Amino acid sequence: MNPTWSRFNVTSVVLGFAFLYLPIVLLVVFSFNESKLVTVWGGFSTKWYVSLFHNQGLMDATWVTARVGVISATVATVLGTLAALTLTRYTRFRGRILFSGMVFAPLVMPEVITGLSLLLLFVAVGLDRGFFTVTLAHITLTMCFVAVVVQSRLVSFDRSLEEAAMDLGATPVKTFFQITLPVIMPAIVSGWMLAFTLSLDDLVIASFTSGPGATTLPMKIYSQVRLGVTPEINAACTILIAVVAVGVIIASVANKRREVQRQLDEQAAQRG
Amino acid sequence: MSNIAITDSGPSTAAKPLLTRLGAGFVSRLVIIVPYLWLLFFFFIPFIIVFKISLSQSAIAMPPYTPVLDFTDGISGFFAGFRDLNFDNYVWLTQDALYFKAYVTSVIIAAVSTILTLLVGFPIAYGMARAPATIRPTLLMLVILPFWTSFLIRVYAWIGILKPEGLLNQLLLSLHVINQPLIILNTYTAIFIGIVYSYLPFMVLPLYSSLEKMDYSLIEAAKDLGCPPTAAFWKITFPLSLPGVIAGCLLVFIPAVGEFVIPDLLGGSQTLMIGKTLWNEFFANRDWPVSSAVAVILLLLLIVPIMLFQQAQARAQEQDK
Amino acid sequence: MKSLGSIRRDFAPWNDPNAKPYIQFENVTKKFGDFTAVNNLSLTIFEREFFALLGASGCGKSTLLRMLAGFEEPTAGRILLDGQDLRGIPPYRRPVNMMFQSYALFPHMTVEKNIAFGLKQEGMPAPDIEKRVAEMLKLVKLEQFAKRKPHQLSGGQRQRVALARSVAKRPKVLLLDEPLGALDKKLREETQFELMDLQQNLGLTFVVVTHDQEEAMTMADRIAIIDKGEVMQVATPAEVYEAPTSRFVAHFVGNVNMFEGKVAERAANTTRITGATGAQIVVENSTDSKAGSDIVFAIRPEKIKVTSKKPADAVNALEGEVYDVAYLGDMTVYHIRLDDGQMIRASALNAARVTEDPLTWNDRAWVSFRPDAGVVLTR
Repeated sequence: MNPTWSRFNVTSVVLGFAFLYLPIVLLVVFSFNESKLVTVWGGFSTKWYVSLFHNQGLMDATWVTARVGVISATVATVLGTLAALTLTRYTRFRGRILFSGMVFAPLVMPEVITGLSLLLLFVAVGLDRGFFTVTLAHITLTMCFVAVVVQSRLVSFDRSLEEAAMDLGATPVKTFFQITLPVIMPAIVSGWMLAFTLSLDDLVIASFTSGPGATTLPMKIYSQVRLGVTPEINAACTILIAVVAVGVIIASVANKRREVQRQLDEQAAQRG
Repeated sequence: MSNIAITDSGPSTAAKPLLTRLGAGFVSRLVIIVPYLWLLFFFFIPFIIVFKISLSQSAIAMPPYTPVLDFTDGISGFFAGFRDLNFDNYVWLTQDALYFKAYVTSVIIAAVSTILTLLVGFPIAYGMARAPATIRPTLLMLVILPFWTSFLIRVYAWIGILKPEGLLNQLLLSLHVINQPLIILNTYTAIFIGIVYSYLPFMVLPLYSSLEKMDYSLIEAAKDLGCPPTAAFWKITFPLSLPGVIAGCLLVFIPAVGEFVIPDLLGGSQTLMIGKTLWNEFFANRDWPVSSAVAVILLLLLIVPIMLFQQAQARAQEQDK
Repeated sequence: MKSLGSIRRDFAPWNDPNAKPYIQFENVTKKFGDFTAVNNLSLTIFEREFFALLGASGCGKSTLLRMLAGFEEPTAGRILLDGQDLRGIPPYRRPVNMMFQSYALFPHMTVEKNIAFGLKQEGMPAPDIEKRVAEMLKLVKLEQFAKRKPHQLSGGQRQRVALARSVAKRPKVLLLDEPLGALDKKLREETQFELMDLQQNLGLTFVVVTHDQEEAMTMADRIAIIDKGEVMQVATPAEVYEAPTSRFVAHFVGNVNMFEGKVAERAANTTRITGATGAQIVVENSTDSKAGSDIVFAIRPEKIKVTSKKPADAVNALEGEVYDVAYLGDMTVYHIRLDDGQMIRASALNAARVTEDPLTWNDRAWVSFRPDAGVVLTR
């Protein structure tokens, strides 16, 4: 007996989603605009996509961003998972408060502060700014997001699964790799995706920590936006949105299919 | 210090055979130590460096400051360095009214936009939480989805909408609501719109999760005991959603105070916010010590809300258990 | 059939043609989309009655209660309370209160505040509220827990807070949705009697929804058995048990053996039935037992006697083999497979400490019963 979904509720959800999506939709629509003016419709055209692929600067930036994203997301996922394990499994060790503080603070810390402080660290230890430093910076930021995502899964994890494995003779390490890890895998995967898109997305920290030859796509887009709005950027944005959307949709469809399969299996099992 | 960095990256590659040979005690210590050291080195120590540099003189060099409290002289040299500390940069911040104004406007803008985001986000979260259970996951994904698309892109999209010859003005002019294009871009209004828009998912998600958890029979019980729907909302629903409200507000307020992209792209040159000031101090004036001092003050300003946020997180985690 | 009365012998308004009905469901139908939860149902409940709606989950009994509380409006038909049509009156203006299955205690309020909530809504002056809350706390024996929050209470204590909150406003009718469902067995039995006392002392009308037949039998003056949104029977607990009017009710309440067959011969007082497998039994007459018609004889296990030899005086005696024996302490349950293949369940009270000649697996045995020990059903 669900509470009824009143007209007010439906309206606020619909309006809210319109607000969230309309700007993105308009952006995508105007990437196919013939006219150079972003806001005046001059007919359908894909010429901005063509010119985009001839823009060597943008292409280079895309390649840099993709590499930074994959590497940093992967390392951040490992570190973030460990951090999540620490937070949920080890409730008593020295410096735990500082540790949980360091995990949660980056989530809300203004990016200018994180960016500046990391830059000053790299300068202090004498690391040349570039691809490597951006990657390190992104690992640090995104591992905290991974930690939060994985932690929320670990909290609801049924510990008796692990106890059963150990009871059957598995060592703690084996138990982790054969029981815990497979069960929390969906959270780890979504943690990776989150880390990857955050890295893909970041302008401020990258601007502080990157150097010559390691210009990321957001930095490139930002410098072009400052010069003026052009449909070429709309095209670049549209491609970025499409990549993310396809990724998210594939993930959720795969998820859904797994779930449906499981339900079918369960039904079949019940029929005997 | 570079030694620490090397041992840090070690276990992730050579971990497995090592872990199996050694006992559980060592493994559990490793689980704690690796992320701990990483965050200590890449998150905590940088703040100390920021603080240190905020106390040094600016110089025309690379890096553009004269170091104080150098660790190269060991601990004794570190403490000896206290004598050379100077607070000139902080004094400078108090003398130039620009900085004070930037801090105050940033806090006000962040506070106002947090309230606006709450007002916009609450009905959405409420509507989602009351939706049929079958479509709730879809709605949730639709809220998260824009969050996956670039922040920069979403802010950029608003330039095209808000500028004088932009889509909003075109629409209003063609409907004869207005005769003159509205000037929204490069004003504080544009910043409000930008923050509300960009941070809306951060508000909706915690609100939704606290509203969705709520047992609907509580509302029915209140009504059954003679409470009309509006009163039931204020007496039951709202108090019970407070953890979500607090988490959402902090998630919006804290980053919004130091926001750079939104005031820079939508606020134009006339608006003043501290994130932008810091950026300009750093990239345009190349004054690292002053920008460090700006960051330190900003951090001090946010330390209370950040600690509140951490507490809220810890409490939520306790409750989940 | 002899009349089977209520436990409260002096209280039987349903037998009084002049009694004024208090709650009336008149041809009420409730549909959720294509699903019909309640189908053209009529029901009358009297003032001060302890009335139980009994049925399996999903039978529509909770929907009835929620319509009475005002959370759902009937699709068709009407509900009257004390002569007043309730249609369109929102739940917060109805003089009924509900005790929720989940208790629905407000987690951010103390016990005291929870109980005072309804009183504040009707604008009762503060001193009066205080007095009433104290009174309620005393009633449910929770005086020392007034300042606690719901999560600091045990399940039984929460249940009592919920009860105190729902009766604090002195509603005309108290609705209880599975009020004891969340309690363990022992506590449930104690609380059943507490609820009955409370109802007597406050003089309220109680409508309780339950899926537990024992609970309904213990507490209620009358029980309505609901199936697929329809009333199968409304009667006192004893009538429901001893004189069910349909196979469904006979099956739903307690255990029962069914002999299916055709009426072979109708005499002055008795009817002879030929079972589907050829066995002959003689039962008391019923209105429907015309010769040749299909009927069912339903008999409770405790009305059947099990013996190792054929009883000399028995009208109905059938032979079989002991298939299963379960010793339950207070009684022993036998499963006898008759020679025609039908399985019979019979139970015997262990009144004496030592039984002579106990029957055991695979023994030959006789089951016997009187013609009036069961009822004849056609539905």
